[in-house]
Amino acid sequence: MKFYYFGLMPYGALDLDYDQKYSSASLVLPNSYFNPKEGEKLYARYLDELELADELGYDGVCVNEHHQTAYGLMPSPGIIAGALARTTKQAKIAVLGRALPLVNNPLTIAEEYAMIDNISGGRLIAGFVRGIGVEYHVTGVNPAFSLERFHEAHDLIIQAWTKTGPFPFEGEHFHIEYVNTWPRPHQQPHPPVWIPSQGSMETIRWASEPSRKYVYLNTYSPFEAVATFFQTYRDVAAEEWGYEANGEKLGWAVPIYVAETDEIAQREATPHIEAFYNKFLRMTNQMLLPPGYTTLSSMKKIAEAKREMLSGGREMERLIETRMFICGSPNTVREILEECHEKTGLEQLVCTLQFGTLTHDLTVKNLEMFAKEVAPHLRY
Amino acid sequence: MVDQGHSRLTLNGTELEIRRQGSGETILLLHGAGGSASLIPAVEELSADYDVIMPDHPGYGLSRDSKQTTTISDLAYHYLDFIEDQALTGVHLIGHSMGGWIAAEIAVRSQAALKSLTLICSAGIHVKGVPKGDLFLWSPEETARNLFVKQEAVDQMLRYEPSSEELEIMIRNRVSSAKYAWHPRFYNPDLSKWLHRITVPTLVLWGDQDKIFPQEYAAAFGKFMPHADVEVFSDCGHVPHIDRPDGFYPRLRSFLEGAAL
Repeated sequence: MKFYYFGLMPYGALDLDYDQKYSSASLVLPNSYFNPKEGEKLYARYLDELELADELGYDGVCVNEHHQTAYGLMPSPGIIAGALARTTKQAKIAVLGRALPLVNNPLTIAEEYAMIDNISGGRLIAGFVRGIGVEYHVTGVNPAFSLERFHEAHDLIIQAWTKTGPFPFEGEHFHIEYVNTWPRPHQQPHPPVWIPSQGSMETIRWASEPSRKYVYLNTYSPFEAVATFFQTYRDVAAEEWGYEANGEKLGWAVPIYVAETDEIAQREATPHIEAFYNKFLRMTNQMLLPPGYTTLSSMKKIAEAKREMLSGGREMERLIETRMFICGSPNTVREILEECHEKTGLEQLVCTLQFGTLTHDLTVKNLEMFAKEVAPHLRY
Repeated sequence: MVDQGHSRLTLNGTELEIRRQGSGETILLLHGAGGSASLIPAVEELSADYDVIMPDHPGYGLSRDSKQTTTISDLAYHYLDFIEDQALTGVHLIGHSMGGWIAAEIAVRSQAALKSLTLICSAGIHVKGVPKGDLFLWSPEETARNLFVKQEAVDQMLRYEPSSEELEIMIRNRVSSAKYAWHPRFYNPDLSKWLHRITVPTLVLWGDQDKIFPQEYAAAFGKFMPHADVEVFSDCGHVPHIDRPDGFYPRLRSFLEGAAL
């Protein structure tokens, strides 16, 4: 397995009682909750942690894009990736990812990614996402056209990287007369593409299509669901496309915390992981699932279940039981990951080793213990 | 009274659901973002004296979705085709909320088949500095409370348990509303520039407690269409025929009768 360090860069200084007044840490939470002095400290600290991951031998360091929220302070992930391109030496730099439908000109993403790829000497992993539901409220982009815009923007970016310009791109949503992107990416024909997703049949079918064979990265789901999605990838590859998908195409993003013993790990991590799931990710259904963002049938299922997604009430025990959080001694974490690997063959593990309010000291400890006492046993 | 009920019609390759009942002069009633269900009482009421036609817009209710209609401008041309296809003349065009927007877009394009225009709590324009409600962000409970002033209407909406088919229609309606009106949110920046082209008798009806398009929008429509009669009902939210039927129906009827002269 390969190990990538990821942190969402949450606003760790968040007043966690915000939810007595506001329904979410995104969109509706006033930005007066952000203190720039804390912001300066947090960015410095988070960059230090990413750089430490490179020194500790992680295969990659990851950033991502979120807007108008306390749970991720990277509306422009290219800025962090650009800094890392200079300060890290060996790790891949994975942007997981830029939200393609949310921009008016996807060539800006082709350009930004190509810059990072050149500056880093070909270490970029190019993540493409649709952006989460609430980001359609944030940007005003129409969620009913989200999937069409995603596919079109993707085609435009790949063509910009692989076809000699200038040429016109004539899409329904993006029509660009002159596509002639400078710089070209360092990696040829283009950087590896990863598709982070909460999981959907359409996404998996699209990602596994033989001309793409992209890495499908499942984010923050119970392991049982993750395993099902991985199997779907393999099944679609075999049955629809006629090839055998290997574990390198399967990635899982999951929060992990390692400490000396199970007891210490749970004690140290509990408030921070609960804050992550219950406070930072807190959202209403209307924010999470704007109309058209998902298929009619999944919208109907959710409406029938009347369930509030990501809206709190996730206790430590339940998180551990469902493997939405992996926590324990090095031995415990190793065993869980071995079992997950055996069950699915997944090869790409995006370890969310900083989450919610987890402090710098505990993050460093987690990064070091995972790198020294867990990862080496699982590199086969 | 002739009750022709429901019928299916294929127009430009799209199969549509049409509710039509009553006899007399023709009313073409265009529903809002929530779909046609909430206007059924108005159809019942008006069909006593009028031939009332209420189609489901493409993508709503039982009408199929269409690649041809992705904007409100497309829907305006869709209804101009509909009027021609059905050989309608002397039409009293009435639109509620998003349906009012469609009606206004139709009227700025062609009034040849129109006898009058009525906009009820209508979308379509934007008034700077007057915050609109956000239907797409409100929870079901907030939506009910913000739509109506009348408590029993709020309670009824909150208590209502839709069947599986109805739930599917509600979701389709919501997705279609996003398609047509997510951004710019429920308006066309160009529409207000051309509303002066409307010359048929025009009535603008509003609720003083409309939480989606506050009553300043009624005044703005009045400013862009100086010939229009504007009436704002008191103790009335976004659905006047539910909140204030006592004021709404008499005012609408007297306007339609006057316009018919």
